[in-house]
Amino acid sequence: MNNAAQMIPQAADYIRLLPEIVLSVFGMVIILLDPLLDERRSQRTLGTIALIGSLGALIATLFQANYPGSGFWNMIQVDAFSIFFHFLIAAVTAIVILTSYEYMEVQEIRAGEYYGLILLGAVGMSLMSSAVELVLIFIALEISSISTYILAGFRRRAAISSEASVKYFLLGSFATAFFLYGVALMFGATGSTSIKDIAIVLRSGQVPPLAYVGVALMFVGLAFKVAAAPFHVWTPDVYEGAPSPVVGFMSTAPKAAVFAVLLRLMFEARAPGRIWLIWVVAALSMTIGNLGALVQDNVKRLLAYSSIAHAGYLLVAFAALPDNGIPAAMFYTASYAAMNVGAFAVVSHFGSAGERYVTLEDYSGLGNRSPVLAAILTIFLLSLIGIPITGGFFAKFYVFSAALQANLVGLVIIGVLNSAIAAYYYLRIIVVMYMREPREEEVPVSPVPAGLGVALAISVVATIYLGILPGRVLEYAGRTAAEWMH
Amino acid sequence: MNYALDNWILTLVTFIPLAGGILLILFPRRDRDIRLFALVVSLLDFVLSLHLPVHFQCAQAGFQYEVNHPWIAKPNIHYHMGADGISTWLVVLTTFLTPLCVLISWKSIHDRVKEFFVLLLILETALIGVFISLDLFLFYFFWEATLIPMALIIGMYGHGRRVYAAVKFFLYTMIASMFMLAAILWLYAKTGTFDFTAIQGAIRNGQLENFSVAAPWLFLGFFIAFAVKVPLFPVHTWLPDAHVEAPTAGSVLLAGVLLKMGTYGMLRFNLGLFPEQSRSNAPWIMVLALIGIIYGALVAMVQPNMKKLIAYSSISHLGFVVLGIFSFTPLGLDGATFVMLAHGVSTGALFMLAGILYERRHTYEISEFGGLATPMPIYAAFFLFIVLSSIGLPLLNGFIGEFLVLSGTFGARPIYAILGATGVIWSACYLLWMYQRVFFGKVKHAVNETLPDLSGREKAALWPAAAAALVMGVAPLLWLNAIDPSVQAALAPFTQLASKVMGR
Repeated sequence: MNNAAQMIPQAADYIRLLPEIVLSVFGMVIILLDPLLDERRSQRTLGTIALIGSLGALIATLFQANYPGSGFWNMIQVDAFSIFFHFLIAAVTAIVILTSYEYMEVQEIRAGEYYGLILLGAVGMSLMSSAVELVLIFIALEISSISTYILAGFRRRAAISSEASVKYFLLGSFATAFFLYGVALMFGATGSTSIKDIAIVLRSGQVPPLAYVGVALMFVGLAFKVAAAPFHVWTPDVYEGAPSPVVGFMSTAPKAAVFAVLLRLMFEARAPGRIWLIWVVAALSMTIGNLGALVQDNVKRLLAYSSIAHAGYLLVAFAALPDNGIPAAMFYTASYAAMNVGAFAVVSHFGSAGERYVTLEDYSGLGNRSPVLAAILTIFLLSLIGIPITGGFFAKFYVFSAALQANLVGLVIIGVLNSAIAAYYYLRIIVVMYMREPREEEVPVSPVPAGLGVALAISVVATIYLGILPGRVLEYAGRTAAEWMH
Repeated sequence: MNYALDNWILTLVTFIPLAGGILLILFPRRDRDIRLFALVVSLLDFVLSLHLPVHFQCAQAGFQYEVNHPWIAKPNIHYHMGADGISTWLVVLTTFLTPLCVLISWKSIHDRVKEFFVLLLILETALIGVFISLDLFLFYFFWEATLIPMALIIGMYGHGRRVYAAVKFFLYTMIASMFMLAAILWLYAKTGTFDFTAIQGAIRNGQLENFSVAAPWLFLGFFIAFAVKVPLFPVHTWLPDAHVEAPTAGSVLLAGVLLKMGTYGMLRFNLGLFPEQSRSNAPWIMVLALIGIIYGALVAMVQPNMKKLIAYSSISHLGFVVLGIFSFTPLGLDGATFVMLAHGVSTGALFMLAGILYERRHTYEISEFGGLATPMPIYAAFFLFIVLSSIGLPLLNGFIGEFLVLSGTFGARPIYAILGATGVIWSACYLLWMYQRVFFGKVKHAVNETLPDLSGREKAALWPAAAAALVMGVAPLLWLNAIDPSVQAALAPFTQLASKVMGR
């Protein structure tokens, strides 16, 4: 075989990139169609095309599962791990699109670029979970980040949204620069940007000191993206300002993708100096997130701090041994995605025009006015607390037991104490919904449209499924550890 | 004899209320139908649960009607349920009280009726599950699951400071049960199983490494969770708040069943898994129980609020249960189990009676009443009967249990029994004094003159309780026959322990 033939991608290469291709095609079709459509009708049409695109990516992922292996000259890798995250990201995207139908109409936002950007963002996130080459990972990270920067500013009439967008963009670019710097140092230390080659070098014995610095810098960049303390300061402001469905999106899908990268970096590449780095950041995130959430009166800000805390719980799994830590972390991302995207769907429906109703006080008496919505939100909140029968319980359970098996008793104690603190502020929302009289001025609750109903139903079913029959998902996640480590 | 139903009965009894609750969600909001449906479901469950004691093989020690299926592979969790004599009767107590709760809430709950009965039925499922789970994880699962419906019932349907009471209840029990979860996880980490009997076996055979170092802490982990639930002095402060603010049905189930989760847990897990630690910790636990008995009674005496009085009397009565359990004598444990059942029936009935009065006058203040025997003679008769059963009049249910506890304790530690016996006197004081202030004399407030007596529905709720109080007092062997073998089995390691000590 000559060199030229080697440079031509094979059919299998395209299959291994199929979900990303589907998403990009649909995303670009939407952006191109947008100016051609009548503004009134475009909302529904474009939304539906986006939905079909995300479902197409879902199907492509399932199809792709039959063709594991690496593609494009070992730049991407299709394995159980990437399938898991592709599926998760496509599912979250579909749910967010369903949630956005109503939101876009109520907020009177033009739909075109919005749906396009969500799909293109999903391209980046999917790619992050299958990329096994640091530069490609960086490109994927940028694709996903730039989409979310713009999406955060989509409530054009609200100053707070533009502020969120700019803040997110400035701090985010700063963080990506850190990541890129880390990649460069890693290359300098090991002579390669391929995860597999790096793993071979790092495993062979002497770890070059530069590698430690590289790992630390990459970790800073990624920790920013998952809103882990002390790189979390942007989170409350951005979550408060950005449109609620977008917050639901960016608190789950990109986070899952970044955690996927972290998993590859920490476990597949066997990054050195992992445990103490993670230990400190996990403990800080849990504590700062929960303490911050205690004093919030705005539900979006409260959930922002809660997501900082959850990033902390999740990071605990990274300090554990790979055999338990990897599946625990993957299970956590899945169940966190299910409950958080659902919670934000309720928040975005309830916020109504201009997101006026987002304070705790606005939720008072919701149990009376809209029993179904209140009950659904309660399920998500209980799952966020970590009460049995919900996915949140097993998520914490696996993470903490993985950490215990690695003898990280101190970290587990911090985590358990934090879970106890967290119960308080989630309960506050439940208490307000069910046990407070509604305030004088009636806050209107519009009926739940079909799209949102489906989105909520999927999230509830997923949350409870993971809480009652976690076995299958965990078993699937467990294959990764086997693939990487043996 | 083997019945086809034996393999299914525990699953059916546990999940019928839940299934009913889920069906109820789909019901249209016609309050009457909802109430009727809830009543039918809970009665059906009661009838089914009677299968347990009727076909219970008293001669057989160990768990019966067992079901054991793998549920989750990792961690190794099984759907493992089984009932011995103790849990059988606690299950029946639960299914017995729930229909009464439905009846007593018929009118007093008029807002958000559907949600109320859904929560009530979910609560029933969780309570039953706690008593028959033989997998520690499953047990914890049900244990936590009782928390949410109960807190919501208190917080949504309660009186004045209901939110405060609900949150306090939730946080107290939730934080305490985290210690239990930690202990359960430790056991799982060392044994690789959550199965109660397997863990028990591993501990008895000394197969666990570092067990002797960890055991005191594990014992405490379980004990803290149970002590808060009981509630034992000094972690009892959530109880009066929760009771006073809870709606009647909430109080009935709280006092009748929820508190027994704590004492049941001590009996099953503290004694069952950690006999040596139970023995070495018994002195201070018994002191706390005694403080509970006397302190609860004394505080009950001065309560101006009827419901608070009954709440403190519960602390006092549950003190007897703990005293009996940690006496490690067959009589004491038999008595403790019997007090659990008797207290469930009579205190449940007392709360129903208080609730009936509240429906009419919207107050629990004793000073608001007086001379009620004149306008409400039938009510007064029921009240007296239940008060007497609660005090422990011979031939009624309260007497048997307390007598057994005290005689068992006397055998082990006489001084504790003597002090505990004063509790019986105190209970006569506060209950009879309350009765006198509420029912005797002239009608003090004009509004009370025209209070209607019991309605047919209210009688229907009270008769079963009164009948049970009488039958339990006259024929306690119906219950003790099933309870005693289980108690003997629970005490087996203790007699070995004692002989070991003697042998030295």
